[in-house]
This record gives sequence, structure tokens and C-alpha cells, in this order.
Amino acid sequence: MSFPTHLSDAAIEEFGRELDAIRDEVMESRGERDRRYILRLIAIHRGLALGGRFVILASLAFLPEWDHVLAGWTSFLTIIGLGTLMLALAKILENMEIGHNVLHAQWDWMRDPDIQSATWEWDSVCPSDQWKHSHNVMHHTWTNVIGKDRDVGYGMLRVTKQQRWHPFYLLQPLSALVMAALFEWFIALHDLEINRVLARKRSLAQLRAPIRGIGRKVARQGLKDYVLWPALAGPWFLYVLAANAVANVIRNLWTFVIIFCGHFPAGVHYFRVEEIAGETRARWYVRQLLGSCNIEGGRLFHVLSGNLSHQIEHHLFPDMPSNRYPEIAPRVRALCVRYRLPYNTNSLRRQFGSTVSTILRLSLPIGGSAITDGRQRTCRAAGQIG
Amino acid sequence: MMTTSRLDTVSKIATLVDHFASPLRASHYLGLINPLWTSHKLQARVVDVWDETADARTLTLRPGQGWRRHRAGQHVRVGVARDGMHHTRTYSISSAPERDDGCITITVKAAAAGRVSQHLVRHVPPGSVLSLSSAQGDFTLPEAAPVRPLFITAGSGITPIMSMLRSYALRGDIPDVVHLHYAPHSYDVIFGNELEALAAQHARYNLTRLYTRMNGEADSVRRHFSAEQLQRVCPDWRARDTYACGPQSLLAALETHWREAGNPRRLHLERFHAPWAELSSDAAGGRVRFLKSGLAVESDGRANLLRVAEDAGLNPPHGCRMGICHSCDARLLSGCVRDLRNGRMVDQPDATIQLCVNAAAGNVELDV
Repeated sequence: MSFPTHLSDAAIEEFGRELDAIRDEVMESRGERDRRYILRLIAIHRGLALGGRFVILASLAFLPEWDHVLAGWTSFLTIIGLGTLMLALAKILENMEIGHNVLHAQWDWMRDPDIQSATWEWDSVCPSDQWKHSHNVMHHTWTNVIGKDRDVGYGMLRVTKQQRWHPFYLLQPLSALVMAALFEWFIALHDLEINRVLARKRSLAQLRAPIRGIGRKVARQGLKDYVLWPALAGPWFLYVLAANAVANVIRNLWTFVIIFCGHFPAGVHYFRVEEIAGETRARWYVRQLLGSCNIEGGRLFHVLSGNLSHQIEHHLFPDMPSNRYPEIAPRVRALCVRYRLPYNTNSLRRQFGSTVSTILRLSLPIGGSAITDGRQRTCRAAGQIG
Repeated sequence: MMTTSRLDTVSKIATLVDHFASPLRASHYLGLINPLWTSHKLQARVVDVWDETADARTLTLRPGQGWRRHRAGQHVRVGVARDGMHHTRTYSISSAPERDDGCITITVKAAAAGRVSQHLVRHVPPGSVLSLSSAQGDFTLPEAAPVRPLFITAGSGITPIMSMLRSYALRGDIPDVVHLHYAPHSYDVIFGNELEALAAQHARYNLTRLYTRMNGEADSVRRHFSAEQLQRVCPDWRARDTYACGPQSLLAALETHWREAGNPRRLHLERFHAPWAELSSDAAGGRVRFLKSGLAVESDGRANLLRVAEDAGLNPPHGCRMGICHSCDARLLSGCVRDLRNGRMVDQPDATIQLCVNAAAGNVELDV
């Protein structure tokens, strides 16, 4: 039903071959320029993280209890705010454009022993190895297949009519807010598949090892952000602790917004398991395309989104270095126009707006008409550039 | 000398500081200021380059934190990025351990097909930072007992021996040494002037140079290693400990000669294997060896290696089975595999390959 039926099997295969050609061309041309990009980004992240933490500590010298001319709430809050923002930016860069992409093996080709998907650990309470399973395997293989891709609503939210309604979803305007603020914690618990445990499809014993892994990671992250760095501030440790917590929440909100715009805006397609039986690589490509949405924006925005603003390109080629997504996006889009396939892209305001509206409407037992509406709109959007 | 308890305290403080940097380590941040301060990996800065011959260059390296002095004759693995990719190659250290400025030198000859050696010789300017392993290898002179060495070297095989000679010279006592060195032409001798100067200064250092390509083809054979030649240059070769480094053909000839003389234990060889396996573009299938599990099976070259492993009764980690999730990444120990998506061959030992989209192209060894 939601699979495009206007293309013949042969046309879909041809579409797949054209995408393979783009992939091969880019992968073949990876080189020094890409290496410089990721190394520079890593250096920027580390500089920002360290700088932010020192600015936060330095702000304590401007507390009103000191009697120099610059002391006062205004200067203190400005400076600690600046430090917090720097730290939040660092965490965003580290999670999105660096961590997410390194863990996708996008940089393994460099064979740099420091930047390998097998050994990278990121600044998040979710242990890398568990995330690689829930994300690289479950989500990227089964993208938007109801009942298979556990990222569809993250087991908490109803984001498509195709999910059966349950009174629990009435709460979802609230639960989505909680999830946004604490996103990294939801991600950390994601691979435990707690709802399958509740449904007795997964035994409690299977949780022991992953919970230990999460525990260790949470301890290290907590020690750093909520004990060690605050301890440097002595009696004023609460200020530093609060700044670090705010930085973590800012990062959580941002990643939530970007990631929810990847698969839940209006016009996105979901699939039933029966629809993907015997799926070829080319049909897999089509599913990735129909199940993903891009966000338009400037260069800085793309970097801060980890280039997940090019969610379509990322889903077509998950292990391609992310700095190449903006370069191939026009080609992928032109290809979609040629094959009259939708290419779902819009501004952040529109994509997030429609995501929020979906979450609000689908909390009710009425399905709403987000899917049909959206399809018409994105087909128009793709047609406009043709 | 630090006491154990002080070392303990230092390492406890280092661990605590590392917790501030979690999930990284403090060393990652120190490296931003100076790459030589890192403790999570050893790096070296190129402080000087010097062209020995038209295609051989000596790089003077200042190793960073964590370097421990080498023994003359040892080698290091040097890592350098070329076209975005990290490559490591092994080079003998050519400087003496006694050198007092904390630097070491490696001397690299640009091989005709050697992309890394050419890069090191032509495109690595002073100021570059390379990654470095610790010094390794047992091609060293015994420290306890004095020896009367015979050195046999050819081309850039001179480098480990040069470290030994310089070490002798710096310590001021060259023992009774015979040195037989092969080079293509007189103008092509790496360290040519220095060897000559050593021979002039030290009466007990007996240097013979042979130029294998000087007088045309006919003469060339005569100038390569032979039993008569050895007898002529060093009549007491049986009584000496021989240290040799050079191309495979020379080392093979020496091995045969010493074995036939019933004296193989007095011959010490330093060899560097060619880092590339034979690429067989038309090879389809072969024997797949899974080293960790000790299994070996035949494969037809069309079945992906994940499937081959599973059919052999193994259960390697895997996920999407279509080359996107990298759960089945494994190390290729030797041999050649073909990417089933685009036919591209990978034959570099230690390369990481995705089992689910690669098939054997010839015999393959995997770390599975």
C-alpha cells in the first residue's frame, strides 16, 4: 500500500544501480581531505569541551559575594551561561557528527587506530556496543518496518496510524517531553527492549550483562559531570553541577529534535513486515528513501545535526563519511525526481512542527490523516525541482 | 630512581585525572597542545630530513613521551597517513642508542612500487608527526660477551648495522669487524661517506664494498655473493658471528651457505617481508582458514564469508547481513577477498573486512 507502485521491478533495480554507482564513486574518492575534516572536528570538540569546563569554573570568580567591580549576578550568569553553551555544543558535536558517525564505521577506512568503530566510546550514558546493536543493526536494517524497527516511536510513542492505539498513548504529549529532556537515558535503555521483557518475549536473565554495561558507563559519565568537575569548585560545586546538567539537557533536547525529524515528519512511509518479504538491495534503498526525511539548513546546522539533516543520504549509505552527504544530496534528489519518487525535505520548523502535530494527534484513538496528507505534499516538493 | 610506592601514587593520580576526561583520557587533550605529550599512543615529530642518495632519505625523529631507548639493530613500526589512510611500515633505526639529543633516525629507500616509502621519502616535511611503535626485534649484538662480527649488508639493509657501527664509534672502541656491503653503484651507497670515514679512522674496521651494477651485466654475477668471494674477503668467516640484512635473494644465499657449512647458528638475519600479498584478480574461491577456531574449509568464491563460517559450524557476531551495520567486521590475516557488491579486492594483511559482503578470492586466513 505504501510502497510506490508506479515503478516496475526493473525500474527499481535500475534506481538501485544508480545509487550503487554514487556510493562506489564517493567511497573510491575518500582521501586526505576527509581525514582532515574529521581530525579538525575532533580537535574542535576537545577544545570546546575543555574550554567550556574552564569557563564554567572561571565564572565562579564573578559570584556576587566577591567584592571586585565585575562581580555580580549578571556577569556570573553570563559567563557560566557561555561556558554551559560551549560544553553543550561540544557534547552535541561529539555525539552527532563525531560519535554517531564513527560508530557507523564511516571512518574505519582510514585505519587510524584511534578512530575505529570497534573501539570508540562516546560521551553518552549509552554504551557504544549496545547502541551499535540497537541502531546500526535493528534500526538501519529494518528502517520503519512496524514491529521490527524499534526506533518507530522508541517503544513509547505512537507516530503512525499503523501502530495500534492503546490508552497509554494518551500520555504521549507528556512522555515525549520527558523523553526529549532525558533522551540519552532513553537511548541507553533502548537496547534492553524492556517492553519485550514485559511481554515475556525476553527473559530477565538476558538483561543482566547489558545492565552491567550501562551501569559502568553511567558511573563513569556521572563521576565526570556530577562529581569530579564540580568538586574542583569546592563549596560552589552546585553551580558547576547545575551547569553540567544543563549542558547535558541541551544536548538531549537537540538530539531529540534532530532525530525525531529523521523519521516521524508528515509524509514519511512505514512498512509492514509482509511488504518487505524478499526485498532486494534496490528495494531496500527505496524503503530507506521513503522512510527518511531531510532538514534544510546552513552548513553549521548540518554539522551540528551530525549531518542527520541528510537523513535520506545517511540511510542510503550509512557507512559513507558524513561530510560527503551534503555533496551527494543534490544528485540523490535529482535521481528521485527522475524516478518520480518522493524526497522528503523541509525546514526544521516544518519538519519538527509536523512531528509534534503527529505526536499530539496520534495520542488519540483517531488516526488522523497525516500519512495521506504528507504524501501529497512531498510529491509536490520533489516535483518542484524537476 | 622512583620507589614503587611513588610510582603507585603517580599512576593513581593519572587514573583520577583520566576520569575527568572520560570517555577519553587526559592524554587526548594533552595531544592537542603537543602531540609528543600523549601517553595513549606514541608519536614522533620529524625534526630533520636528509637525502642520503637520490632515492633514500634519512628522517630524524624526536619520539614523544613513552619512548624507551632502543638497542642497536632494532626496528620500529612507523605510521603515516597517505591519501587519508593510515599505513604502518617497519624500519630499522639507523642511529646509535647512545645519541644524546633523544632523537632517532630511520633511513627509508623509496621502493619503485612502495607507496608508503615514496611518501616518506618525498612528502613528509620536517614538523610532521608520525606514529611510532616501541623499538622491537632481537637482531642485536650480545651485550655481555664481546663478539667479532662479520656484517653483510646490501642496499638499505645497511640501516640496522649502521646503528651498531655508530654505537661502536660513539663508545670509542670498534672491535675486530669485517663488513661486506653491496650496492648497485658507487654513487648509490647509503651512508657511503660515513662508512669510508669510519674505515679510515679505525684500523680494526675492515670495509669491503661491492658494486653489483657498475660494470654491466656480465660482471654483475661475479659481484654478487658467492662462496669464493666470502673466502677472499673474510677468510675466517666460520669463526665470526655474522649479522646480515638485505634483499630476500641475498639472505637466502647466505642461509644456504651457512647451513651447508654446518654453521647456521652463527648467522643472524634481519628480514622485512613484503607487506602485500599476491593479488589474484581471477581467483575464485579457495581455502578459508578461521584462525581462532582452528577450522579450515573450501569456499567457492561466491558464498559470502559469513555464510562460509556459519556453514562450517561457527557463529561469528553479525547483524544486517547486507554490509551496512559492521557487526561482522573481522580481521583479514592473509590472502585476498572480493567485495561482492563491487568486485573490489582487498589483500592487505590486517585489513578489517565485512564478512557478510566479502567472498574468498584464493586462500584466506581470518581472525575468526
